[in-house]
Amino acid sequence: MKIQTYNPRDWRSHPPYSFKTYGSSVKRGPLKKLVPLEQTLSEITGPLFGDIQLAPGETDITRNAETGKEAMGERIIVVGRVLDEDDKPVANTLIEIWQANAAGRYHHPVDQHNAPLDPNFIGAGRCVTNDKGEYRYLTIKPGAYPWLNHANAWRPAHIHLSLFGPSFVTRLVTQFFFPGDPLIPLDPIFNSVPTKSGRERLMASYAHDVTEPEFALGYRFNIVLRGRQATPFEGPQ
Amino acid sequence: MSKQTPSQTVGPFYAIGLTRETLNVMAVEGIQGERICIEGQVLDGDGVAIPDVMVELWQANSYGRYNHPDDKQEKPLDPTFTGWGRSGTDEKCFYSFETIKPGPVPGNDDTVQAPHVNLVIFARGMLVHAFTRIYFDDEAANAIDPVLLSIKNKARRKTLIATRGERDGMTVYRFDIRLQGGNETVFFDM
Repeated sequence: MKIQTYNPRDWRSHPPYSFKTYGSSVKRGPLKKLVPLEQTLSEITGPLFGDIQLAPGETDITRNAETGKEAMGERIIVVGRVLDEDDKPVANTLIEIWQANAAGRYHHPVDQHNAPLDPNFIGAGRCVTNDKGEYRYLTIKPGAYPWLNHANAWRPAHIHLSLFGPSFVTRLVTQFFFPGDPLIPLDPIFNSVPTKSGRERLMASYAHDVTEPEFALGYRFNIVLRGRQATPFEGPQ
Repeated sequence: MSKQTPSQTVGPFYAIGLTRETLNVMAVEGIQGERICIEGQVLDGDGVAIPDVMVELWQANSYGRYNHPDDKQEKPLDPTFTGWGRSGTDEKCFYSFETIKPGPVPGNDDTVQAPHVNLVIFARGMLVHAFTRIYFDDEAANAIDPVLLSIKNKARRKTLIATRGERDGMTVYRFDIRLQGGNETVFFDM
């Protein structure tokens, strides 16, 4: 049996474990050199959620708090494609989504920011990509919020995304940002990405073709997961 | 060729999107294999247990087969077992999984890997997730496991071995994960 391995993590695209200006990263990342592991059956397999049954409301985060009412804030439609490094679509892959409400507050007991909670907004959703790797969901544009990393620190508006891809090694948790947000250049989490081109890959773009008249603005955010290596590797017999 | 989308931290509020459902009970009624619990804490560079950490687990079934189309072994699949779980932490900062002991799975080059589970660690403060593995201290096959043997610093191999114990008649393996320090857990670049 040949096993089809995946490209390595591109460390020019991903942040380092420890990034000084993001204070809580300093004590929470490995300091020793990572041990190289040649991928085996354990790494090239992984959980697939392609047949997951999503509840009807999961792609509409403006109405899935099950109160029968709509969340407050600026409605947005978020679309995009999930691709691998060879631009092949990653089909039937689960995307988990979470975010703050329009006032910049999370539906979470740890969030003590003095901004209103919205009873009609939880801020979580899920979707699965189609055969072309496309996804789409409706939500509220999240607000900026303060945090304690440094004096007068504010996170720019962002939405968290979690993806699995086809294997254990293609796992990705990321977040994307909105164009024109003046807080972005000040954000240590955004700035932890070592290259300018990498940081640009965390930006959604305004998508007028997705915007629906009299309803909501559209944004596009494409995601690239690790691709398969060109030559199959001689694996377990 | 396109470039990989950069990783970012899960932040402190990941529970909203990721752990509102119970996802750490993998051993359902009728499952085949030896039921076990795996639990532990994730410790930061000061040795303090981290509350806002999330651990994901991926493993083979009791026969040593992964529930995935790229595992083409002729071993039985257990329809009740996906092999995947996810855990946040409890009030004492413990993650935990109720699962079954995996069987041995093939390694590369005609080797056999000792029973193990594969972990991904996420936390507030972790900009990139970390990959590690758990092996079991009662498995003789650890001595010839190709991945354990590939760790050149022999003293560090034991950071991947869980300790078997018992509680209320249940087998409990303890596995603490040290993100930094003298006995920092081995994390893999894979």
